Amino acid sequence: MLLLLLSIIVLHVAVLVLLFVSTIVSEWIVGNGHATDLWQNCSTSSSGSIRHCFSSSTNEWLQSVQATMILSVIFSVMSLFLFFCQLFTLTKGGRFYLTGIFQILAGLCVMSAASIYTVRHSEWHLNSDYSYGFAYILAWVAFPLALLSGVIYVILRKRE
Amino acid sequence: MAPGAPSSSPSPVLAVLLFSLVLAPAQAIVVYTDREVHGAVGSRVTLHCSFWSSEWVSDDISFTWRYQPEGGRDAISIFHYAKGQPYIDEVGTFKERIQWVGDPRWKDGSIVIHNLDYSDNGTFTCDVKNPPDIVGKTSQVTLYVFEKVPTRYGVVLGAVIGAVLGGVLLLLLLFYLVRYCWLRRQAALQRRLSAMEKGKLHKIGKDSSKRGRQTPVLYAMLDHSRSTKAASEKKSKGLGESRKDKK
Repeated sequence: MLLLLLSIIVLHVAVLVLLFVSTIVSEWIVGNGHATDLWQNCSTSSSGSIRHCFSSSTNEWLQSVQATMILSVIFSVMSLFLFFCQLFTLTKGGRFYLTGIFQILAGLCVMSAASIYTVRHSEWHLNSDYSYGFAYILAWVAFPLALLSGVIYVILRKRE
Repeated sequence: MAPGAPSSSPSPVLAVLLFSLVLAPAQAIVVYTDREVHGAVGSRVTLHCSFWSSEWVSDDISFTWRYQPEGGRDAISIFHYAKGQPYIDEVGTFKERIQWVGDPRWKDGSIVIHNLDYSDNGTFTCDVKNPPDIVGKTSQVTLYVFEKVPTRYGVVLGAVIGAVLGGVLLLLLLFYLVRYCWLRRQAALQRRLSAMEKGKLHKIGKDSSKRGRQTPVLYAMLDHSRSTKAASEKKSKGLGESRKDKK
């Protein structure tokens, strides 16, 4: 029983960490010497010593990606907080509906953010040779994990 | 405690302070405008100008707007307001395009420029003089004319976050409200049922036998359950059974 609880909490915290890293780290699109993410474009000079960072464009689609990533982090944090609340206040046999709903919402937000980014990224970065960085991949990984975590919460019943 | 140590009396310090306060110059007039204003070609834009003055707003108050074209060196005067009368440019580039929308009583010296053009790019200076408070710094606002005004950064961001969070919270609130109302109705039905039970018990009387008392109550409960919903029906049946068991 305790093991189950611990593993659920570990999964939730892992999803939270993935969401945080993916939102903050500057590695959504990388090319030779430049790396962009939601908030800034950074380019390193060829010698590798100087690093210039500029803030990203004010494109509406980029802003919506930023907004949905922030929302996913907010929902995941609220879900964790609600989980601990419901752990102590729920009646025996009750289900963690609220927690599950918020976690599923977080997963949906991350999915919409990553999808919008995939479709529209050519509007704000103009380099032709690029590949997706690890923060982008982390965002896609966070999506099924968040859904899984949310579904587990909805199915789980409180036992004492 | 060192004897003979010189003690600095507070009075000279106080005197210097009072001296500086009394002889300090009256605070100058301070003018406030936006830092930059964006406008679209063909539309109109409002140039706000406000001020703070240590004196009351006098009747001799005057507002002056000057314009310095982008890259130009000279500033020309395009608007003047004095003694309650606005004077608008009638010969220059802003001919018939300026409108006075300010009010000295509200410390507002704003003007509106209609029908913007790319040649209107430049710096506008607002100068306010409120006799006897005439010393002060003017304030400048830069006008940028675009083909289409770009939305400020953060509008879409804030809108999306606000809309989703607001929608989710609203839905949750609605759900809990509906559930609370439903639970309250259930509780009210419960109370009515138990009140009816008590009423039937009193009506039957004190000298009837225990057995006689049991059956009318059962009849009453079954009667009630026929006329209410299924939930209360289940409850009454349960109660009836437990009474039988007790006996």
